[in-house]
Amino acid sequence: MEPSPTVAALDIRHVSFNYGKRQALDDVSISIAAGERVMLLGANGAGKSTLFSLICGLFAADSGSIAINGRQLLQGASALAPLGIVFQSQTLDLDLSVEQNLAYFCALHGIGRKTARQRIQRALQRLDLLDRRRHKVRTLNGGHRRRVEIARATLHEPGILLLDEPTVGLDIPTRTELISYIRALPETQGCAVLWATHLIDEIDDADRVLMLHEGRVQRDGQAMQSCSDAGVNDLSELMHQVMRP
Amino acid sequence: MNHYLLAMLGIVQRELMRFIHQRERFIAALVRPLLWLVVFAAGFRAALGLSIIPPYQTYITYEMYIVPGLIGMIQLFNGMQSSLSMVYDQEMGSMRVLLTAPLPRWYLLLCKLTASVMVSLLQIGTFLLVASLAGIDFAYGGLLQALPVLIITGIQLGSLGLVIASVVKQLENFAGVMNFVIFPMFFLSSALYPIWKMRESSDWLAILCQWNPFTHAVEAIRFAFHGQFNATALLIVVACTLVFFTTANWAYNPARRFRAGRTADA
Repeated sequence: MEPSPTVAALDIRHVSFNYGKRQALDDVSISIAAGERVMLLGANGAGKSTLFSLICGLFAADSGSIAINGRQLLQGASALAPLGIVFQSQTLDLDLSVEQNLAYFCALHGIGRKTARQRIQRALQRLDLLDRRRHKVRTLNGGHRRRVEIARATLHEPGILLLDEPTVGLDIPTRTELISYIRALPETQGCAVLWATHLIDEIDDADRVLMLHEGRVQRDGQAMQSCSDAGVNDLSELMHQVMRP
Repeated sequence: MNHYLLAMLGIVQRELMRFIHQRERFIAALVRPLLWLVVFAAGFRAALGLSIIPPYQTYITYEMYIVPGLIGMIQLFNGMQSSLSMVYDQEMGSMRVLLTAPLPRWYLLLCKLTASVMVSLLQIGTFLLVASLAGIDFAYGGLLQALPVLIITGIQLGSLGLVIASVVKQLENFAGVMNFVIFPMFFLSSALYPIWKMRESSDWLAILCQWNPFTHAVEAIRFAFHGQFNATALLIVVACTLVFFTTANWAYNPARRFRAGRTADA
């Protein structure tokens, strides 16, 4: 899907959400431009996964609005079309092969069989999974499963890709490899990326960082700039400062 | 090809592939009704006398009587199995892939139901083939004319499964579903014995049977296999289908507060 340079890939305005009495997100506003890479930094329980569930329509916000490529989620499920998602927990069908999982996703996104075959081939090639295309997902290790999920999330050429802690639980070489692959996505695939993480070493000084704490956006800006504005040396210190009661 | 059609085909194909991969499920789905037909029916035949009741025009064997009930049983268990797999998918996360597809929620649920019905038709076809090979007397020729009714009853029981899947949060709770939903629905119906027979022993049990949606599914199937149309049964089946499906659609609404899965880590 071709992202429009003038319309925000993701536009979240004054979104709030609660689990019963617990406020999970409080007046969150975020705008991400087409092709932009944004790191969403927050400790466990900060509200990152809840925010993702709202963006992909699994939950409905209590208040506020979310628009993807200019289309409000409330306008209908088709607004989700430009969205690619890699969830924190694995979401592959273990009893199906890698290829069958990808083909199933293509069908859900209305990609015709011929185009699907070409895109699957390309995605598997990019993520070095071609030789495992007929393997059942159950037989793959965590790193390969993660690659399959990333391959799947880009099959429909999304305008924005959400990644919810995609490298958690992976060994160091796989993690390093995936980080560089994901970091290059805005250039290679032309999509915006919203990357949730609690691992500071995944963030570059030049990255735009959104810091989420207790359901609120506490900082929004370039990593280095945010640190110097707050008078701290690095993101680790900034995170501690933000989390201090 | 149209996006809606592609999605429908994709979901049906996935369910069929999963069903084929899970051989134990296929065997269990086949053995269960065959056990009733071959073993239980042999015992009940001697104990139960059947009078001539519509759609039958003459005395029939007990085996012939229970085949529509066992077809209903296949669909009932398949509907529950399908809901079990949805709870599994919810736990494993693959449900999210389906629910985040850019298609209306009601349509995605309809696709799941269609897939579940396809699987049940495959099971029914195999069951009838084995029954005919075993020499069981039945109106096998009625399968084609019963097909539309089997699709409707399949959707009805599958929708009930969807409602249950939206309430049951963990796989462990499915034992309760078996005890409190499937078995009462099956035994308190006309699947194994006619309602008049039930009335002979207890009026209120007969009333419960008449109120049981599964009874009407079985009767609609029974009449259809004999080339007849039971309007009352079919009307009740359609009404129940609408109620169950609407409830399931509501249950999977993202705005619903208490839907299974609305937890902080979701």
